[in-house]
Amino acid sequence: MSRPFPPKVVTANRLLEGDVVYLTATDQWTPHHNLAELIEDEAEAQMRLVFAIAQKLTIVGAYLADARRGVSGPEPVHFREAFRTRGPSNYDHGKQADYAREDV
Amino acid sequence: MYSYSEFDQAFVRARVTQFSDQVARRIDGSLTEEEFRPLRLMNGLYLQLHAYMLRVAIPYGTVSPDQMRQLAMIAETYDKGYGHFTTRQNMQFNWPKLPDVPAILGALADVEMHAIQTSGNCVRNVTADHFAGAAADEIEDPRPYAELLRQWSTDHPEFQFLPRKFKIAITGSANDRAVTRAHDIGLRMVKRDDETGFEVLVGGGLGRTPMIGHVVRDFLPVADLLPYVEAVLSVYNTLGRRDNKYKARIKITVHETGKEKISQMIEDRFAELRPQFGGADQALLTEIRTAFAPPAFRKGPTGGYEVFYKADPVFRSWADTNLSQHRDPHHAIVTISIKAHGQTPGDATADQMRIIADLAEKYGYSDLRISHEQNVILPHVHKSDLPAVHATLTQAGLGTANVGLISDIIACPGMDYCALATARSIPIATQIATRFDDLKLEHDIGPLKIKISGCINACGHHHVGHIGILGLDRAGVESYQITLGGDGTEDAAIGDKTGPGFAYDEIVPAIERIVGAYLTLRTGPEEEFLHAYRRLGIDPFKLALYEASGARDAA
Repeated sequence: MSRPFPPKVVTANRLLEGDVVYLTATDQWTPHHNLAELIEDEAEAQMRLVFAIAQKLTIVGAYLADARRGVSGPEPVHFREAFRTRGPSNYDHGKQADYAREDV
Repeated sequence: MYSYSEFDQAFVRARVTQFSDQVARRIDGSLTEEEFRPLRLMNGLYLQLHAYMLRVAIPYGTVSPDQMRQLAMIAETYDKGYGHFTTRQNMQFNWPKLPDVPAILGALADVEMHAIQTSGNCVRNVTADHFAGAAADEIEDPRPYAELLRQWSTDHPEFQFLPRKFKIAITGSANDRAVTRAHDIGLRMVKRDDETGFEVLVGGGLGRTPMIGHVVRDFLPVADLLPYVEAVLSVYNTLGRRDNKYKARIKITVHETGKEKISQMIEDRFAELRPQFGGADQALLTEIRTAFAPPAFRKGPTGGYEVFYKADPVFRSWADTNLSQHRDPHHAIVTISIKAHGQTPGDATADQMRIIADLAEKYGYSDLRISHEQNVILPHVHKSDLPAVHATLTQAGLGTANVGLISDIIACPGMDYCALATARSIPIATQIATRFDDLKLEHDIGPLKIKISGCINACGHHHVGHIGILGLDRAGVESYQITLGGDGTEDAAIGDKTGPGFAYDEIVPAIERIVGAYLTLRTGPEEEFLHAYRRLGIDPFKLALYEASGARDAA
């Protein structure tokens, strides 16, 4: 009866720098959305979130964000999350600048 | 300007030490985020979308050249080389790193600045008319009262955990440039016979339930300011709702209690409090006043100005929009536009901040103001110096002649930075400004205030914009709702919603259609947008917006 669970990624900000990060399947934090673990089971998502919140010396403000499977890994669904993968639109600041070379 | 007393200095330093320790304990894990969060917010440190954000108070918008240079130093050393002037006379740094924040607060304390009470449910930075002490229409400089309120409200033990945040604005002029009617408490100086007092408005505010403040006292003698404001806060602290965040502001308390009843409760509490003040506040006020004595205004011919005005059309255009009447006929108030077409409203680079500081020192009696409209003011410039000021500003990219025009847009940071935002504001502002600059229409359009908020909390004051734009998330897509006829002055009004919103790429053409309708329907160039709107009502604008939707542009 219940609707299918929309897939999620765990996201947060790094405690020291504030940078947006995502939880990988190997328990690492990556700045790249496409390297995040895509979680398709609700109970698993909750478990991963609890795991993330416990990393209080590394990250802050962990939550589950909707995501979908893409060609090179998970992609954000909502525009807010898409902005978080890049940075602000008024300056070339944030990840779009920090990781520009790697993405090419 | 006011200089910190030993007490102020010790207090701010102690807070820096405390917060440094708190940051260290968060980093080493002794404090959880739940424990740390209220502590960082008390010190103006937010976690935003891409990074931390530090909000620094610029009390009543007054800042010295040395303070401005220190803000520039912080922007360069700890941020990305710029700072953002907000709609509440604060400066926000968008990219500080947590371990650097204690050093930033230390650097602020070095120049008598801080980030205390720029967040949280307390009395926030007291804002004032940015022309205070300079305006020709002013009864008295309101800043000594603002400073008195700042000292009284800072760390006030009774008001650190109010039901919700609390904002006070003050003006000394009949022409309200401080949006006092949209504040929790608005103080508007008035004269009765020969006595100076305040008209006290309570319960104004924007946000999800916009309301214009109610007059609870039409004349409050200035000597009664603190006990009266304390009475308002005290009644609010008792009655204000703590069960529902969305009903916790004093505007709801006033609405639910009734103006008559709450006015009486305030008066009763005031009668209790007034005898307890015993004159100490007035002694302090007298001391504070001396710090705000006007500079010795230079006399001398202003002839160079008139000659330049006649000869140079670029200078004339700037003078027509960016200068305001000073109380001394030899001087003018200069508004430096931080709204160059296509640039982020309110963002100044470190270099620009230093140039502004130098100008203030050289030509402006070392006085600077930040306006809630996100511009910087040189409040006192001798008219003969205006050409030199303009030349320097132009070289620094600060000479834009658009104050009060369609490209002088207020915009909150929106979803480019803010964690609460539901849509972007900045690119909407820059696109509108660029578009009307391309059309070369803005001077023809005349005074028109566009204000943009990226969420319902209304930091961009959209409700009181002549044209207000509110960015929302509609089913996962950015959507922009338009309001018309808002006004933030003494004739304050909340704008009327036009109807369905517009997509991100539809909003600029929509604004063009509104402006096109205005240009067609106005009686002449002397009828400003707001006046035309009041005469015509919303219907012709709605027609232009929706019937012709997508069909044609103003050009």
